[in-house]
Amino acid sequence: MKKTAFYNIHKSLGGKLVEFAGFEMPVQYEGIIAEHKAVRESAGIFDVSHMGEVEVRGKDAFDFVQRITTNDVSKLEKGDVQYSAMCLKDGGIVDDLLVYNFGGHYMLVINASNIDKDIKWMEENLSGDVTLKNISDETSLLAVQGKNSINILQKLTDIDLSQMEYYKFAEGKIAGQDAVISHTGYTGEKICFEIYSSSDVEKSEALWNAIMEAGKEYNLKPAGLGARDTLRLEYAFRLYGNDMDESNNTIEAGLGWITKTDKGDFNGKEAILKAKENPERKLVGFVVEDRMPARHGQEVFSGDEKIGIVTSGSLSPMLNKNIGMAYIKKGFNKTGTPVEISVRDKRIKATITKTPFLQ
Amino acid sequence: MNFPAALKYSKDHEWVKLDGDVCTIGVTDYAQGELGDIIYLDITADTGSEVNAGEVIGSIEAVKTVSEVYSPVSGKIIEFNSGINDNPSLVNTDPYDAGWLIKIQPSNMDELNNLLSSDDYKALIGA
Repeated sequence: MKKTAFYNIHKSLGGKLVEFAGFEMPVQYEGIIAEHKAVRESAGIFDVSHMGEVEVRGKDAFDFVQRITTNDVSKLEKGDVQYSAMCLKDGGIVDDLLVYNFGGHYMLVINASNIDKDIKWMEENLSGDVTLKNISDETSLLAVQGKNSINILQKLTDIDLSQMEYYKFAEGKIAGQDAVISHTGYTGEKICFEIYSSSDVEKSEALWNAIMEAGKEYNLKPAGLGARDTLRLEYAFRLYGNDMDESNNTIEAGLGWITKTDKGDFNGKEAILKAKENPERKLVGFVVEDRMPARHGQEVFSGDEKIGIVTSGSLSPMLNKNIGMAYIKKGFNKTGTPVEISVRDKRIKATITKTPFLQ
Repeated sequence: MNFPAALKYSKDHEWVKLDGDVCTIGVTDYAQGELGDIIYLDITADTGSEVNAGEVIGSIEAVKTVSEVYSPVSGKIIEFNSGINDNPSLVNTDPYDAGWLIKIQPSNMDELNNLLSSDDYKALIGA
């Protein structure tokens, strides 16, 4: 199993390590709910170095990224980050990703579980003067999220973070190390940063320790993948492999807003245009009217009719309610529709709800 | 982690305390730590029903995972901790007392001898 550069730190902090996408990663330290609340109330730090990073260079790099992704890369200026997706010809989602425009080249940030698949797929779609470089193994990625993340990180960098808008990034130094810092995250917090740096163990540990030290006065807490999952669900951020995969297109996954069918040709466009006219099902949010949580894979019913399937489900620590997302057949997906979810030997009641769950 | 010597333990990570002719049953400190934050207890066996040792009597839901609850002994279910779902984190914070799950009147006291001592249980989990 692979380890990130922070492995020894996770162990020394008593993190509970589990296998995730081939990596040994901390699912929690103190507890998911405590870590979740720390992020919402102050700040948390996550090791997300398992994520993949791919550099795209060459004079046709723009054409390539524009063709393999659904969002409009022509709108992406130097220093901008864009959320996007890559689709098969039939519209099925290969992965969701972030695209960073460095001026001369792009960086694509992809899901850990999809690194090998994505790179193979990108290589199959290469044309013109484009070179790909998988820099995943040489890159550490820390996410520092929550309202005090700016106060913590500003102590360690000359980059003026207060001037960095949401979904912008800068290159510079943090705690003396070369890094890319972006105003991005997967928690729903408006003040949130992600830091790409060298995966050298000594350097990575020094960076973690510097951030923890700077975060002491704000009670910065290490947070694991468990809290990352409950945090993202409160904002209905999609998780690849749970809420979408190659059997879903971006329209039914609710990612129409990153699918720019007017930008010219791109992979999956024809299929997506068709899906847009008549989507068979939609990914929607629901709130369970019961203390029992719904889980991925459980079936959704309206009376005796099976109308969908749960893709994500958990307790929302902030709402203290069980929330989730599900693909629901057209006709049953309107906000306020009562549904039932099959959990083991019983049915629990739920209501289709607007997302995000937290505002 | 704490494993009181006065209790008996099952390989399914439950503890059993015998008071007179009633066994109180819960999950061990180790089990609650592995499960993480517990959010719901779903006992599917009915109060008054007879269960066999090893039988599934319900599920315990944590934020990230769900685990089955087994009856460590045969007997009649006489009570379950109905207040636990108002504060399920008691299973995490007080697993041997306020976080108990179920009470069973055992039908075969000999079965209690099949359970593990605190030391045997510690050896099982490598504590």
